[in-house]
Amino acid sequence: MADLNINDVSMSFVDRSGKALLALDRISLAIEHSEFVCLIGHSGCGKSTLLNIVAGLLRPTSGAIRCAGAVVTGPGPERAMVFQSHALLPWMTCVENVHLAVKQAFRGAPRSELMDRAEQALKLVHLEHAIGKYPFEISGGMKQRVGIARAFAVQPKVLLLDEPFGALDALTRSSLQDELVRIVETTKTTVVMVTHDIDEAIFLSDRIVALSNGPAARIGRIWKVETPRPRDRLKLTSDFEVIKYRKEILEFLYKKAPFPQLAS
Amino acid sequence: MLHRLRQPWVASLAIFVGFICIWAWLTTTPSGPVNAADAEYARLAGQSAAGQQASAIPSPRAVALRGYELIAHALDDDNPNNLGIAWHLVYSMGRVALGFTLALAVAVPLGFILGLWPACYQALDPFIQVLRPVSPLAWMPLALYTFRDSTISTIFIIFICAVWPMLISTATGTASVRAEWLNVSRVFGVPRLEHVTRVVFPASVPMILSGMRISIGIAWFVIVAAEMVGAQSGIGYFIWNEWNNLQIASMIVAIVLVGGIGLALDVILKRIGEGLSFRE
Repeated sequence: MADLNINDVSMSFVDRSGKALLALDRISLAIEHSEFVCLIGHSGCGKSTLLNIVAGLLRPTSGAIRCAGAVVTGPGPERAMVFQSHALLPWMTCVENVHLAVKQAFRGAPRSELMDRAEQALKLVHLEHAIGKYPFEISGGMKQRVGIARAFAVQPKVLLLDEPFGALDALTRSSLQDELVRIVETTKTTVVMVTHDIDEAIFLSDRIVALSNGPAARIGRIWKVETPRPRDRLKLTSDFEVIKYRKEILEFLYKKAPFPQLAS
Repeated sequence: MLHRLRQPWVASLAIFVGFICIWAWLTTTPSGPVNAADAEYARLAGQSAAGQQASAIPSPRAVALRGYELIAHALDDDNPNNLGIAWHLVYSMGRVALGFTLALAVAVPLGFILGLWPACYQALDPFIQVLRPVSPLAWMPLALYTFRDSTISTIFIIFICAVWPMLISTATGTASVRAEWLNVSRVFGVPRLEHVTRVVFPASVPMILSGMRISIGIAWFVIVAAEMVGAQSGIGYFIWNEWNNLQIASMIVAIVLVGGIGLALDVILKRIGEGLSFRE
């Protein structure tokens, strides 16, 4: 059975004049256990909205999300999230930030065990030296590592990532991608990630789901990325399959789902 | 050498010196021939009338001398009708401290509640909006009538003027915690009480502190006027009393002291704010 079922989900927002605006139109997607799925599309197409619905932060207008069979009615510890902005609480140290999440996921466990879990999670992303530091004392890439550590520390079934590397420079981004692949492979976590970076999507995904342009976004096309793992970033640049995916995705985004201003 | 002259404090010093020079020049130039009636009046009325021949405003030198005199006797307390200026300042600061602390004790918890429950805020907002623009001194007669004590009345006035900025900024700060931080609480399932104490409160600390800074400024503003109206001590009373005695130099010294202390209060609260606020 699929880990995550997105079942006929539609979402409309009411704008200030009281008009309902359909953002997502009947989206259905089943995501298997330990599958890595990237949602790709133009900005504003509703991919982050879809992720927030999966997280339970937004309620869909119609349709339902099931996580491991249970209907999602709100946020839950089995679905952890890495936010676009690192979303660390600046008044807590890195380990306190992770601890805050761990404490809720393993309620009732002794404090020493919780601290241990929080520290282990930071070690997993190679941040043992930043345990007692405040977010303002570390770089943007390190902050996002703490964000990833926090999400993995609660041992979620499904990990949701909302353009987590968007604000980082290219080198930091690829090292975090490598880190993410390594952890996902050892923990067998199911991942749904929103991105607008085509290369990132190909490098990480088992499947790439492209949304058509909003409003009323639908699933435009799905690619199964069959490039074997482990994937070598350098070899990927000249891999014939990868070049083909890249071309197709680009074509989809620029022709089938062009920018709104080009379409009109 | 030249680059030192370009520093801002050099210009500030130059402006200050220029100001003192113009002041000295204006106050030492005799204002025309002494008229006979004035001389006659001076014989009748004595020194105070005679002193007005040059200028009513004392020279910088006179103010400096008076300042030295006041500071030399700043701690005098042998005669209750002639307290030293330091005691007056202590009285004023004490009233401000009491009124401000009371306002803080009411504004922060109440503002926090208003920020957490927007419905409460909406219900109380009309009252806040009507009471906030009322000059604190408008409360003075009512306070004197109600409390029948001038000290309690001045403390009440300080309370009523200090409470609004802190109340509004606490409520705003609590209500406008960044969505990403609220989402962290929701996604990871932080329970309500922990969410309020460990996420909402620390997030609104900078706003609370800036409200406090505005409040202490206003409180120090208002204490002078409040003490002029209804007090027998304090720097406001001192200034009014010196005006009644036509001791213009003393008034100027007091004004400078009030400014200096106001600045010091602001700097202290700014430092506290920097110490308690989170950094990003």
